[in-house]
Amino acid sequence: MGRYTDNREAVAALVRGREVHRDVYIDDEVFRLEMKHLFANTWVFVGHDSQTPNKGDYFTTQVGDQPVIMVRHTDNEIKVLYNRCPHKGTKIAIDRTGNTGKFFRCPYHAWSFKTDGCLLAIPLKKGYEGTGLDQSEGSRGMKAVGAVKNYRGFVFARLAEEGISFEEFFGNALSSLDNMVDRSPAGRLEVAGPPLRYMHRCNWKMLVENQTDTCHPMVAHESSAGTAVQIWNELGYTEDDPKPPAMEIIAPFMSPYEFFENMGIRTWPNGHGHTGVNHSIHSNYSAIPGYFEALCDAYGKQKAKAILDENRHNTVYFPNIMIKGPIQQLRVFIPLAADKTLVESYIYRLVDAPDELTARTAMYNRMINAPTSIVGHDDLEMYERAQEGLHADGLEWVNVQRLYEEDEDFDEERVENGTTERQMRNQFHAWVKFMTVSMNEKEAAE
Amino acid sequence: MSIKRDDLVDFVYAEARMLDEGRYDEWLELWLPDGHYWMPLDWKQTDPLHVTSFLFEDMFMLKLRVERLNGARTFSQKPKSRCHHVIQRPFVDEMNDEAGRYVTNTNMHYVETRQDEQFLLALTATHELKLVDGRLRIANKRVDLLNCDAAFGNIQLLP
Repeated sequence: MGRYTDNREAVAALVRGREVHRDVYIDDEVFRLEMKHLFANTWVFVGHDSQTPNKGDYFTTQVGDQPVIMVRHTDNEIKVLYNRCPHKGTKIAIDRTGNTGKFFRCPYHAWSFKTDGCLLAIPLKKGYEGTGLDQSEGSRGMKAVGAVKNYRGFVFARLAEEGISFEEFFGNALSSLDNMVDRSPAGRLEVAGPPLRYMHRCNWKMLVENQTDTCHPMVAHESSAGTAVQIWNELGYTEDDPKPPAMEIIAPFMSPYEFFENMGIRTWPNGHGHTGVNHSIHSNYSAIPGYFEALCDAYGKQKAKAILDENRHNTVYFPNIMIKGPIQQLRVFIPLAADKTLVESYIYRLVDAPDELTARTAMYNRMINAPTSIVGHDDLEMYERAQEGLHADGLEWVNVQRLYEEDEDFDEERVENGTTERQMRNQFHAWVKFMTVSMNEKEAAE
Repeated sequence: MSIKRDDLVDFVYAEARMLDEGRYDEWLELWLPDGHYWMPLDWKQTDPLHVTSFLFEDMFMLKLRVERLNGARTFSQKPKSRCHHVIQRPFVDEMNDEAGRYVTNTNMHYVETRQDEQFLLALTATHELKLVDGRLRIANKRVDLLNCDAAFGNIQLLP
């Protein structure tokens, strides 16, 4: 036990209106409390159900620091189980994906479990006769997480048995996921290949905050996007010439502050929010032949137009994912330690839409978010410099006050200037809420 | 001019040396204009376009990549990275003199370093070479990482 365990006041004091204390990024005890409280009380992304299309298909990942298996049960529903044999603790599945058939079988002593976790059989079971096995934790099988929701293919889990409902937690923020899925004429996405896996030696929240940080692209990414524009101009082209897909993707990163101010930011309760209310860096991509027609056939012209008119930039689903609706990308920021985060970047294909859309999305993913990306390199450099710099004892607070207003109410949906840091403040407001909601009240009152 | 096996082997060695010594202008000159540098993300990946790769770069992107390395505000290259290839003798998998097309397959260990960090990648490079105007050029290059499914930090130079 340290300063923050079961101490609501101390945790809440890490977040002030305009600034947050560095311990939220660098303190190991705060990190452990995030895993125990924040990632247990919120709805955390697990995977997409197209990763497990057939009965018995499974996918292993983690929710916070908890190893879990997402599996398609015999009734076709998606289950999320802790990846731990109730017998000796062995992880049941080690490979990232696979098919287990009708049951899981622990490779250590062959205890077996149905794909909803129920204990199926124990070899040489007579050895447990008269030992009270039915009263042990082990006899209850593989443990399921507190609650699971499959929303239009996207699977979320709440580890805690009791807590906020999925609908209340996300509310209107689900409109971004809806728009991403609606972009398929069939109303259905499918995962396209494995994700990029990019290791960051920094705190997971730095990555989440960066998703709505609209004042960094033209600075941190001048070396890539700025150089791209320069080469383009040297080739004799101007701003108005039709651009190849790579230029369409990278050039908007150099847009001026005014572009980002006017794009707008919307915040929703519980830490969710998005950039690109009015327009975004994805607004001016070339039309792909046949796509609009396919959408019109599916939805009618008016609705098809409304779907494509929405060009949200980055939508943050608190605590740890970001989606880009217009290009069907999802990035999950998996916390490994206070100073270590694994970023997995997935792309999805729009069922019944032209393949060229998937090609553009795959290009975006590798150009911007790969460990080999000339854009990603500079982002990671900034995060790691910050993680190291925060240890300087001269200053202890991190500033998040751009366009701060007195008495901000994060329980109301708001649209603001696109360069505000209100969404970062919104995230920290939710952070305190879900960090402290399950803390021991008695000790907090001391 | 007729191409001998050793010409292909020497070409692969010389290309790696250019990358190690940072002679990028010379390196870009090796490429045919419609070539692609492909580094797949998935083991035995067959489709470069509709699933994610680490790299699938045309000449515009490769030029951008190497120009950026020398930029005044390229923060992740302050200080600069260095790299080093150790090459096993290339296999010559295809020698088609008639079409002027040659394919080599080369196992390498690639080391990249910056500040206090250094990492090692084991990889297989497949070079598709073409004889154009008496000169061998890179038509396409594919680099498969042995641990392509692992999580990486920054890989900043060209394996």
